[in-house]
Amino acid sequence: MSAFLLPLAIGVAFGATLERAGLGSARKLTGQFLLTDLTVFKVMFSAIVTAMLGLFWCSRLGWVDLNAIAVPETYLRPQLAGGLIFGAGFALAGLCPGTSCVAAASGRGDGLAVVGGLFAGVLGAGLSFPLFLDFYDSDARGAWTLPSLLHLPYGNVVLGVVVVALLGFAAAEALERRGRTAHASAAHGFGSSGPRMRITALVLALILAGLAAIVRTPVNPATAAAAEARAKALYKPPSGC
Amino acid sequence: MKYSDSYLCGVALGLVLLAAFVFAGRGLGAAGAFAATATGTVASVAPGYAASNPYFGRYLARPGGPWREWLLIEIAGVVIGGFISAALAGRLGGLVERGRGVSVRSRLAVAFAGGAVMGIGAVLARGCTSGQALTGGALLSVGSWTFMLAAFAAGYAVAPALKWAWR
Repeated sequence: MSAFLLPLAIGVAFGATLERAGLGSARKLTGQFLLTDLTVFKVMFSAIVTAMLGLFWCSRLGWVDLNAIAVPETYLRPQLAGGLIFGAGFALAGLCPGTSCVAAASGRGDGLAVVGGLFAGVLGAGLSFPLFLDFYDSDARGAWTLPSLLHLPYGNVVLGVVVVALLGFAAAEALERRGRTAHASAAHGFGSSGPRMRITALVLALILAGLAAIVRTPVNPATAAAAEARAKALYKPPSGC
Repeated sequence: MKYSDSYLCGVALGLVLLAAFVFAGRGLGAAGAFAATATGTVASVAPGYAASNPYFGRYLARPGGPWREWLLIEIAGVVIGGFISAALAGRLGGLVERGRGVSVRSRLAVAFAGGAVMGIGAVLARGCTSGQALTGGALLSVGSWTFMLAAFAAGYAVAPALKWAWR
């Protein structure tokens, strides 16, 4: 039963969060590409930072076996090409696959059209798959991660991502402020998280990331041996998106 | 009702993703649900062809079949969660979001076309903004970060040409 209830519950929370953030609105998402509304960047990177730090420390404290979570395998050139095609479609649609479902669920016709288009696109790509099967499976790099690309400890990369994200947030706020004064409507509220809460979150993220850089690896030495043994038994082929 | 704070929502989304990692041993996704639906549809029309097609065949080979795909159930949850959240915030209602001077029909056509292009990209990249950028991003996958940077680069390249459509 939990094979059904768990993904359903996670999905409900996922959809509700996207909707609360306003990511069911194509106009809002398009603002990201026109640099007038950087909600997409802010939501996405605070989510990445939260999950990355959470996973690092859950693993370090021995609560989670990082080896049991499959890192999406890298197929460099197909993913670069796929990303470029995807981004062009994203800008046209104003919604991505997850947010189009939220838009459609809240009664937006354009959301439903994107959902239909996605189905047609995936169906068409699947039907013509033999044509680009060789390219699809080319340039395979396995479970390649940024720490091994950069030859840096995992904890240092975590700190780097957090610092880049925080600098990005500062830039995003500056860009939005500039846009607001240009349109002479400074009355936009900040919603529910006040400046004090933001500073607390910022300091907490920096402390957790700094400590991650100090301890270097998310592997808990006490559970490492057991995790390695289990990882062999638990290996799952990487699943698509 | 006004949308909630972006950072607050982002942290909440990060906790949802972390919960998926911890309790399900995997991350979030969205395009995979479309792949499962397409596979299930093709398999119900032409089962022999679906099994022999290298793309649909891979999905059919998974335990439980395409209609029991984890991401498909998760996306059903996304639809329910999005609906409940919008209803509670008073944001439900028939609407086609578009710029002034853009007809409903042309906005729907562009939205459909954009979705189709995204679908092709997601197949090639093995995922979308959720499964690659968000999930793979948090797991520090090189391919996921490549996908994310490429997608935003292309979005920024294309968007200025569409600016008029959102006035």
